[in-house]
Parts: sequence; structure tokens; C-alpha cells
Amino acid sequence: MKEISPSTPEEPTHAKPDDVLDPDHIVRNHIGWMLSLAKRTLGGNKDAAEDVVQDAFMSAFRSLGSLENPDNIKPWLRRITINAALMKIRQNKRLAEQSIDEHLPEFDQLDCRLEGRWSFLASAEDVQENQIQLDILNKAFSTIPESYRIVLQLRDIEGYGTAEVASILDISESNVKTRLHRARSALKKILEPLLRGEIK
Amino acid sequence: MCTETKPSPMRWLKGQMLSRMQGMITCKEFENFVLSYLDGELSPTQSRVFRMHLLLCRECRDYLCAYERSVELSKLLLQEPRKPVLDEVPEDLIKAVLAAKNSKP
Repeated sequence: MKEISPSTPEEPTHAKPDDVLDPDHIVRNHIGWMLSLAKRTLGGNKDAAEDVVQDAFMSAFRSLGSLENPDNIKPWLRRITINAALMKIRQNKRLAEQSIDEHLPEFDQLDCRLEGRWSFLASAEDVQENQIQLDILNKAFSTIPESYRIVLQLRDIEGYGTAEVASILDISESNVKTRLHRARSALKKILEPLLRGEIK
Repeated sequence: MCTETKPSPMRWLKGQMLSRMQGMITCKEFENFVLSYLDGELSPTQSRVFRMHLLLCRECRDYLCAYERSVELSKLLLQEPRKPVLDEVPEDLIKAVLAAKNSKP
């Protein structure tokens, strides 16, 4: 896996530059979303996510001088957090990964899809307004095996292109596409009860 | 993944049609085109074959709708925490980060 290079445009913050670069301000203002991001990248592991956030802040403080525009601090910290999380994942390369096969589409012997009829499909607004369903969505995301979940996160959530994800994870672009499609298919299958309105 | 479920006569007919007729693809082959279709990367011919399959196959239409909705949900709701989560951050963690910063100027 390679480090993500700083290149993304930024949303402005409204604090004065001096405040933005104050360590206390940086930590208190950004630690919440950084912790969420690290936790999601690590599949919900809270302790590991706290380690990652600490590592990310240390890395950020060491290279704060390289941040040319204080308005860019959030995407800059975002990339640092993702790098720290990927580093953690590499360090812990570990248990045999869970198979994704059980979450993939099924076909009969004529290669026809086995898919129950959908008489209802929940909208994003339905889910957005329901905390229980939001929690289910977060949990579903964590259920996807790591090597697939990371591709889904980098491409669909963080918005990196296929080539960038391939470079970050040091895998081929076709491998990124395969993993992305399988991860999306798995997410769809895991979310079926919620999407079908069976969970209120 | 393939199950041993015996197809109904209608499904058998559909399977035969999709696998044997010129310009048709099976659901399994359709699966290989989904990502490229959504990324707008299919050639005009591939796109025509893909859309023809969608027209004929209720299962793949339903599947694709739910697939796209899952992608939409994950993009919309997981991109950012919806509300400030500072109250969920252990104060100990904030102190530890600041202490580490101060010990390594």
C-alpha cells in the first residue's frame, strides 16, 4: 500500500488561520470525525481507531509546516488519517480473512439470477431520518470483509478514482473494480432487510 | 455461486432464451457488466445488450435498483458523521494526543 498524496481541493473553515493551526484547536475541532473515519476504516475496532487517531495527529504535527493553505486542513487530515489506518491494517495482517462469497448474488443452474421480488425499496431519506437504520447501515459496512470494505470506502465514500485506489493499495485497477463490485453487492445483500422495509 | 434449485418452466424458458439467442446475455454475464455500466464505460454494443437484458429480466432490474440504492446510501450517509461527535470522543484521548504533542515539540 502506498501513501496517499496530497491533492484534493478543499472546503474552507471559518476560523482564523492562527486558530486553525493551534494544536489544541486542531485536536478538539477534528478529533471527532477523524475517530469516526478511523473506526469505519478499521471495521468498527474502537481501540485500534484511537491508536490510529493518535498516530495521525503525531504525523500531522510533525508535518504541519508542509500545509501550505490552512483552509486545506480537513482534507489534509483526512488523508493522514486514512494513511495511518491503512498502516495499522498492514501491521495487523493477521487472521485469515472472512469470505465474501456468502454475500454475493446467487444464480440457478441456467445462470438466471435468484432475486426475490422487490415490492418496496427504502429511500435514502427514509434511512437518513431513522437512527436505528443508520446504525444498521454502519454495522453492515463493518460486516464486509476488510479487503473489499477498504476499496468501497476509498472509491465510493472518500471519492478516489480507480487508478488512485489501485496505487494506494498496490493492486491492479481490474482488481479494484472486482473488489468494488463485490463489496457493493455484499452491502446490498446485507442491507436487504432494511431496504425492503422489514426493519422499522 | 450456483444453487441446485430446480427452475420452473418459465425460468427454464428464460434461461434458454438468454443463453442461446443472439445478442442476449445470461444474468451471470450481466453481473460482469454492472460496474462498467454504472461508470458509463460500456461500448454502444455492450450497452445495447445490457439494456436488452434489463428489459427482459425482472430479477436483474430489481437487483440493479437495490444495488444502486445501496451505493447511494453508503455515499450519502457514510461520507461524514451527520452530527458533531465530540461528546463521543473520550476526553482521555484528547489529553493523550495533546500530551504527546507537547512531549515531542
